[in-house]
Amino acid sequence: MKELSAAQITAAVRELCIEANYRLPADVTDCLRACHAAERWPVAKEILGNILDNISVAAEGDYPLCQDTGLACVFIRLGQDVHITGDLASAVDEGVRQGYRDGYLRASAVADPLRRVNTGDNTPALLTVTLTSGDACEITVAPKGFGSENMGALKMLRPSDGRDGVKNFVLETVKAAGPNPCPPIVVGVGVGGSFDKVALCAKQALLRPLGQHHPDPFWAEMEQELLEEINALGIGPQGFGGRTTALSVAIETMPTHITALPVAVNINCHVSRHARRVL
Amino acid sequence: MIEITTPFTTQQADALRAGDSVLFTGTLYTARDAAHARLCQALAEGRPLPFDPTDAVIYYVGPTPPRPGKVIGSAGPTTSYRMDAYSPALLDRGLRGMVGKGLRGEAVVEAMRRNHAVYFGAVGGTGALIGRAIRSAEVIAYEDLGTEAIRRLTVEKLPLTVVIDTQGNNLYEIGPRRYLETARAETAR
Repeated sequence: MKELSAAQITAAVRELCIEANYRLPADVTDCLRACHAAERWPVAKEILGNILDNISVAAEGDYPLCQDTGLACVFIRLGQDVHITGDLASAVDEGVRQGYRDGYLRASAVADPLRRVNTGDNTPALLTVTLTSGDACEITVAPKGFGSENMGALKMLRPSDGRDGVKNFVLETVKAAGPNPCPPIVVGVGVGGSFDKVALCAKQALLRPLGQHHPDPFWAEMEQELLEEINALGIGPQGFGGRTTALSVAIETMPTHITALPVAVNINCHVSRHARRVL
Repeated sequence: MIEITTPFTTQQADALRAGDSVLFTGTLYTARDAAHARLCQALAEGRPLPFDPTDAVIYYVGPTPPRPGKVIGSAGPTTSYRMDAYSPALLDRGLRGMVGKGLRGEAVVEAMRRNHAVYFGAVGGTGALIGRAIRSAEVIAYEDLGTEAIRRLTVEKLPLTVVIDTQGNNLYEIGPRRYLETARAETAR
């Protein structure tokens, strides 16, 4: 049995909130560089250049990558042989509170969806804990901007809608979003499970390194097809036209009910932030 | 590159076309969801606004807090359609420009045509670049709203793109269409 204190969790979450908001993961930066090199439409190339410049400026540490420093989506994979002294959820919230304060990040959380008073410290975190075997505690902080989050959609398709039904729903969702989610976007797709689980699949798909495909060739092929079809829509960076509408499509799947074909699409902008640490 | 300075007059506005790149110098007023709700509440109750909308430009932004020694933090555009319910009332009172990103509703475009106003796009997700280009920032109203308070910003040669012009031409339609036509012509060759 490994002991971890609430203070260790708080310290890690604090640092991950700051790191994620100032430095993009290498896979995202590499993908943006490759798209910039491949893009031939002048306006699109110029915008991708601005995006790369923005990444350099943010890395200097004075200005976060984006003013929407997001709601703090925190994913913890907790080994069942870990014992945490203190309260896990409070420790995570305290880490978010300190990270957003000390990192000069924006408080973007309202306490009630209709009465809309800002909580002032960006808490609570959106915490998802998965129990695993072993004695590791892996913490991922993925600050999620809501310009892109608001463009997501979920539909309970019929099994007869099949492969084409899933693809059409993804394409329709991306097309309807148009310039709103700050393209080039990352598209997370969930297929299967239930109403709630399919949404989580779509969100977790956004955590996968760009360019890494689903392990099952059947789904990997669909990811590739969807990416090509999205990039044939012509939306382009910021919606001003061009090839680079999406950087990546990642699909996560689950077994589902004999009556069901749930599909969820969770869109992320090009500022596809996440930072991870194992305690 | 076209240079724009404030006050942003109807003459300057009418000369712009969707797709033009401009360098914007002068004053921008920040306002997003909560501030717009209050501005329109004030209009509905006949109370004065915290700034004169005539020939003014509103920037849809909620910046991050400034680090010590900086005037503002990261300050890129937020998605504009959430302000669609409020924009026509402000346009009818002389608002000449809006800066944001993303689609606008038909009622907003109609109010822009009626009032000779322009919708500009700033590059979403480049808040560090834009924040660094802002020369001064001062909260002038609704301080309790935090990031959503109204700020008077001074910017110098801020690069913007004309997305919807005073005639209703829309770069979100024109840009992708031109790209696809060109790409198809190249494939056919």
